Amino acid sequence: MVPGLSLADARARLPDLGVTDHDPQADARFLERIADGCDRYTPMVALDPPDGLLLDISGCAHLLGGETALRDDLVTRLGRLGLEVLSALADTPDAAHALARYRPGGVAGVTLGALPVEALGLDGQDIVGLRRAGFRRLGDLEARPARLLAARFGEGASDRLRRIVGERDIRITPRRPEPALMLERRFAEPIGRTEGALAAIGELVGQAAVRMEEAHRGGRRFEAQLFRTDGLVRALRIETGLPVRDARVVMRLFDERLAALADPVDPGFGFDLVRLSVPMFEPLDPLQLPLEGGALAEGELAQLLDRLSTRLGRHRVRRLAPRDSHVPEQAAFAFPAIEGGPAGGWPALEAGEPPLRPTHLFDPPQPIEVMAGVPDGPPSRFRWRRELHEVTLAEGPERIGALWWRRADNAGLSRDYFRVEDGKGRRFWLFRLGLYGREAEQPAWYIHGLFA
Amino acid sequence: MRESPSILAALRARVGAIEGPRPAEGALFALGAADLDAQLGGGLPKGRLHELFAAEADDRAALAGAALMLAMRAGGGAGSEPLLWLRQEGAVKAAGTLYGPGLADLGFDPARLIEVVAPDEPALLRAAGDAVRCPQVGALLIEPWKAARGLDLTASRRLAVAAEKSGVTVLLLRAEAEPGPSAAYSRWRVRSRASAALEAGAPGHPAIGIELLRHRGGLDGLSAWLEWNRDEHSFEQAPLSGAVLPLPAGRPAGAGGAAPERLSA
Repeated sequence: MVPGLSLADARARLPDLGVTDHDPQADARFLERIADGCDRYTPMVALDPPDGLLLDISGCAHLLGGETALRDDLVTRLGRLGLEVLSALADTPDAAHALARYRPGGVAGVTLGALPVEALGLDGQDIVGLRRAGFRRLGDLEARPARLLAARFGEGASDRLRRIVGERDIRITPRRPEPALMLERRFAEPIGRTEGALAAIGELVGQAAVRMEEAHRGGRRFEAQLFRTDGLVRALRIETGLPVRDARVVMRLFDERLAALADPVDPGFGFDLVRLSVPMFEPLDPLQLPLEGGALAEGELAQLLDRLSTRLGRHRVRRLAPRDSHVPEQAAFAFPAIEGGPAGGWPALEAGEPPLRPTHLFDPPQPIEVMAGVPDGPPSRFRWRRELHEVTLAEGPERIGALWWRRADNAGLSRDYFRVEDGKGRRFWLFRLGLYGREAEQPAWYIHGLFA
Repeated sequence: MRESPSILAALRARVGAIEGPRPAEGALFALGAADLDAQLGGGLPKGRLHELFAAEADDRAALAGAALMLAMRAGGGAGSEPLLWLRQEGAVKAAGTLYGPGLADLGFDPARLIEVVAPDEPALLRAAGDAVRCPQVGALLIEPWKAARGLDLTASRRLAVAAEKSGVTVLLLRAEAEPGPSAAYSRWRVRSRASAALEAGAPGHPAIGIELLRHRGGLDGLSAWLEWNRDEHSFEQAPLSGAVLPLPAGRPAGAGGAAPERLSA
């Protein structure tokens, strides 16, 4: 079995060969999952697609008893998932990348020069060129002046060589930015209950609160990561509208988050590490509590909105803001209340006018059947939701043009809006799509809103 | 017999303890229509649970409008306190989403509004339970969908007690539900009414008919036809003449089924 073999050949050699389609996206997802699990060793984990991970373990190795011990732990853990791991420890990311692929398990320094020239990651033709020129090992190239290599194979090749042999060092770009504050707790024995893990998170939140209070800072986002022994990581994220650091408030949101999860947290064989991170700090001055005791009431609404947003989802708790548009459905939009306070700027009204816009809007508008006295006049009766409404009062049309300048064909149908009232006193906002005779032969009618 | 005043006072105290604190004099909000306010003894109490029923399913918009208008009255006109409107997803689908410019057209400042959409009834009731305990909420509107079986006597009692404690005025909007046992302070039936036509047969200012079904103070049989005055943020008694018999637009009177309905309305 070698790569590049055709399927028919392969089947001829191994009759009971199992075949699966290549699914690069699933591979990428799996790599992400493994990277999540590797977060336990260092916060600096980078993907090296399609099949590699780079971990910057500077300053983290002593926590697990040295670099080799850390590597062994990682290989054992991933081995339990049924993965065969090729790993290498080196001074630069590129060296580690090359060693892991061409001298797995090797030690940096001695072997770097012995790596084949393929480790440069050049394309096939250039490799053939290098080999024809008599270069087989990186050590052969290293002895030559760098500009010769650059002149023949491009700046990239010589750069790469210098990075592999450690003349130049670059930092890896981690998958997630380093948080402003990160606290973790390891357990000697895995904890089999989610409540227990959450209690540990609670303690971490308490410690974080002290640290943040000293720095006069608070956080608006908190993340708790629960690392399972089998490498799966479950992350709980919460968000608040105002910076907080009160441990009770934060834990209450974590409880809400946990209760609102669609699929509950499964401890599996237990959690052996929990971590709390605060991605970013925001200024939050210490509060003066009232002398006579009791809590401050000001933040209560913000806390209520945080709780509801965490429980129901941030898009279900919303405020309205105006937008400068003549198209009715674009004249206002909703934004999550957690993202900001009240939005002003609503247009002023003319005294004595009746409401010209409905209190409720249908999005999208609902089609109705309409009978009108004249084709371009107001409706005289209409049927909506199987019920017939006789129009007694009507005002219109209010013509609202289409956004023709946004369209390639400069077209779009105008809408003629009518405010109508039926025999039972209900008020509706109807429109006819398209000007009769000019834009449409049989303009369709829609109901767009309801008036109080 | 000499002891009777003290016995009476003791009984009053006991009954008072059961009934809970009575609304203070200043805690009433007037609706603005003088006759109705006089009959209600000054208005409706703030910090209580009031229940509004729609006369028919299609009176949903009038129901929502009436609730918003009452909340504006309770908040003293334009107001600035946040108004929390909890809606169940089914109700949003049936009545449409809240539209800022239209709310502004009723004199309400849409910046005050916080709309919460709950996926189902238990989530709605739980959110309501949390919201009613927050004294910073100016008014709380709860809009369940259809019968809302979870909203029984116990649930409404819980809301009512919490509202009394926090002082939040709670309005319960029941669009397609039959009045059942509840601990609401007052209960109304709302229907849309024909508006007083403006020139050229244009629909006029919002008009609603409200009917008192139940009142803790023992009032009964009140009903009114009210018009909303946006500029004053106030209800007004609807003018009876003129509004009753506008001609159907574009058609002679009496043609079709509209006019007879009109007479009975």
